[in-house]
Amino acid sequence: MNNTSTPAPPSFPDVWQTTVRPHLQGNEQIHAWLETNLDERLHFKKSLLLATENRLLYFASFDREPAAGARSCLEFPYRARLKLEQHDHAGVGSLTLTEGESRLAQWRYTLALDAATLRFIKQFVRQLDSFLSGGPVVTDTTEACNKCGSALVLDQCPQCDADEEAPPSTWTLLRLWRFAKPYRWQLLSGFMLMLASTAATLVPPYLTMPLMDKVLIPYQNGAPIDTVTVSWLLGGLFASALLAWGLGWAKTYILALVSERIGADLRTVTYEHLLKLSLEYFGGKRTGDLMSRIGSESDRICVFLSLHLLDFATDVLMILMTAAILVSINPWLAVVTLLPLPVIAWMIHIVRDKLRTGFEKIDRVWSQVSNVLADTIPGIRVVKAFAQEDREASRFRAANAHNLLVNDHINKIWSLFSPSVTLLTEIGLLVVWAFGIWLVSRDEITVGVLTAFLAYISRFYTRLDSMSRIVSVTQKAASGAKRIFDILDHVSSVPEPAHPVHLENISGRITLRDAGFRYGNRSVIKGLNLDIEPGEMIGLVGHSGSGKSTLVNLMCRFYDVSEGSISIDGVNIRQLPIAEYRSNIGLVLQEPFLFFGSIAENIAYGKPAATRAEIIAAARAAHAHEFILRLPHGYDSLVGERGHGLSGGERQRISIARALLIDPRILILDEATASVDTETEKEIQKALDNLVHGRTTIAIAHRLSTLHKAHRLVVLDRGVVVEIGNHDELMAKQGAYYRLYLAQARNVDADLDDNPTQTGEDEA
Amino acid sequence: MNLILSLDAAGQLAYTDPDGKRHENILVVRAYPISAPDEGVSLIGEDGHELVWIADLRDLSANNLNLVSGELARREFMPKISRIAAVSSYATPSTWTVATDRGETELILKAEDHIRRLGLTTLLITDSQGISFLIDDVDRLDRHSRKLLDRFL
Ligand SMILES: Nc1ncnc2c1ncn2[C@@H]1O[C@H](COP(=O)(O)OP(=O)(O)OP(=O)(O)O)[C@@H](O)[C@H]1O
Ligand SMILES: [Mg+2]
Repeated sequence: MNNTSTPAPPSFPDVWQTTVRPHLQGNEQIHAWLETNLDERLHFKKSLLLATENRLLYFASFDREPAAGARSCLEFPYRARLKLEQHDHAGVGSLTLTEGESRLAQWRYTLALDAATLRFIKQFVRQLDSFLSGGPVVTDTTEACNKCGSALVLDQCPQCDADEEAPPSTWTLLRLWRFAKPYRWQLLSGFMLMLASTAATLVPPYLTMPLMDKVLIPYQNGAPIDTVTVSWLLGGLFASALLAWGLGWAKTYILALVSERIGADLRTVTYEHLLKLSLEYFGGKRTGDLMSRIGSESDRICVFLSLHLLDFATDVLMILMTAAILVSINPWLAVVTLLPLPVIAWMIHIVRDKLRTGFEKIDRVWSQVSNVLADTIPGIRVVKAFAQEDREASRFRAANAHNLLVNDHINKIWSLFSPSVTLLTEIGLLVVWAFGIWLVSRDEITVGVLTAFLAYISRFYTRLDSMSRIVSVTQKAASGAKRIFDILDHVSSVPEPAHPVHLENISGRITLRDAGFRYGNRSVIKGLNLDIEPGEMIGLVGHSGSGKSTLVNLMCRFYDVSEGSISIDGVNIRQLPIAEYRSNIGLVLQEPFLFFGSIAENIAYGKPAATRAEIIAAARAAHAHEFILRLPHGYDSLVGERGHGLSGGERQRISIARALLIDPRILILDEATASVDTETEKEIQKALDNLVHGRTTIAIAHRLSTLHKAHRLVVLDRGVVVEIGNHDELMAKQGAYYRLYLAQARNVDADLDDNPTQTGEDEA
Repeated sequence: MNLILSLDAAGQLAYTDPDGKRHENILVVRAYPISAPDEGVSLIGEDGHELVWIADLRDLSANNLNLVSGELARREFMPKISRIAAVSSYATPSTWTVATDRGETELILKAEDHIRRLGLTTLLITDSQGISFLIDDVDRLDRHSRKLLDRFL
């Protein structure tokens, strides 16, 4: 768009060409265009806005049929008081053209075009300025992305090329292989042991055959008992039992060991991944839900692997081996014995489908229950202050009742399931008895063979019962795995750069170019341009909700800008390794957060290797030293979760000390002195004044008096910079800052909202 | 480090600053009473503001060290447990009979949380009265004590 010699900017839609051509005069050129996508009644309809060097052109109601009626075309020749403004509400943006007080036209678009609109406005302002002044058109020097306008990095737009996501696969449990792979040799040996131990358990029933036929039945028929054979057989029984015991122990132990490690790896990897995700992810998730995913779900998977899957595999092996043995003894009887198996398998299949959705539901309900807990326990003071214990209790009861309901439903199916399996096994046994007796009566098999068969199948029929349980546990484990992989599959919306740039020494020059940011469809920061010199102190002021904290979040790269770019020392912050970049920033948040631990540990959070003397120095600088000494254990005192047991101001000072200890190049203070008394504030202010020296500082404060040291003040209103300058300049200007200041001085609430401000204005 | 410290008639520590102003009833506190007792000590005036910062006790003259240590000893109360003789139950609250460097005593442990790990082998036990008991080195306790303790960790 910065190339003024081509007739139309790149990717100008062809469909418009024929419409537009006749309207252009002589060598008039299109310098910017915008295809809006809504009409005034907010129906999806395209229309076109063009900025040439001497006018703004509008082509309405484009419906992709060249013959369809007359298209209206409006033109607005450039005039002195022409102004183009952009607003948005609930996902719909509007672009208004005004001349002084009167509105000439308004166009609508969806927020997808936000960035394009901002660029269009910018180009329009440039053309208008050059038209009015007769001077040359200002042009950008760096390449900008066609789509979003942020600066290109290695010919790629870091904004648009970053967000490609792979869809999660359904074979979730198999994906656990990634975690099992490091243990494949242990797994293999465990499997071998399993084979051997299963085989060992199958020996005893086999020995009942000769015991019957060679010993007991001949004895009943009058022959004496052959003690040698008997002792061999009994010895064999004992030895095989002993072998099965030893092998079973080794197998269970090895596999449990491995599965426990897989579970632990899964937990750690998930947690590490979670920590890397951006604040956006955490904003949309609830603590209880995430906690239950990482804690109990991974444990469930672990139990599944070590217990259920292991048992199941053993059972399957046993059935296969038993089937082989039975067939080798007597094929016919074997066929009859194994007949119920397919029926049971079919039943299992039917129930599986019903249970799967049920178990997913149970999981969701369960995290609802823990969410209620995670919501209320940290907020217990609010709950008590507003005497809402009963309401919270009933909320919990409701979540629990829901839990019961879902479980009841599942149990209805489930309870029918195991008895049915048992019934089938009983019937199966009956059939074998009947068929066996018939075979014995025809002398086709001996009594010993029949007993051996019965011994085998009563074994594996009882296993079938427990095997059927694999359905539910597999489903549970799979849904648990899915919820864990949900986290693992989530790509951070603040990605690490593919080709990181390392900055040795950061000087602290921060440049924001056309930065825009949205929470969902709420545009919070719009087209913001700001250059901060190294070592400069900037005061950010503006009404509550004007986007000050959001701007700070963007600078720390807690979120990425939706449009435009933020650079430090001329390098886009997206190109820097995140942790390396943040280690240059000392941040004091609006809501200070302390971790469970000692005060010294909390201060040294950003620099665990700090010496005790350094910690004390930082605490002194933050004026925390004296109150810390008054605590029973000094710097060793424990502060509870979120700093329980400390006052708001004390917490704030500890977090200031924490930021100072890392000696950052960039210091960001978001209402750092909001919750301390005026006396303490003055003290902290004095300390900060020294510390601010030589560091780029961005300080947010509602009390404007605390920003007297700032080199420049930046006044924000609804995400737009409305004024920049030092205190005296801004007071002389009698603008937004002046009103804010007076309002504070008079302690009356003056409202900025009554004085709409313009986007194009501060560009000039 | 040259400090002018003295004891007043009531046996309270007093400090005279370089300007000759005398501060009575001063408090002596350690910055890291548990992790580094000898490293930082602060003298605090009656108004709660720090008067003197002593980075290391060894910098003091012998006489001053005596005065400061005496004051610390009078204020600090953190018995060191050398043996756990018996516990009333393994479920909290539980009454422990312990031998400490300040003699035999009983403490009531209200919850397992009140046992705090300071290092690998150091434990700090806060009893129901808020008194802190220190176990310097768990490994140096006898077997019986360790076995009892283990049930709570
Ligand atoms: N996580 C979020 N999701 C959606 N909207 C948000 C989120 N955080 C802030 N906002 C909205 O963005 C706007 C700017 O918020 P921000 O916290 O930046 O204001 P602020 O200028 O820091 O205000 P204050 O002075 O009260 O701290 C507000 O309207 C706020 O409602
Ligand atoms: Mg804020």
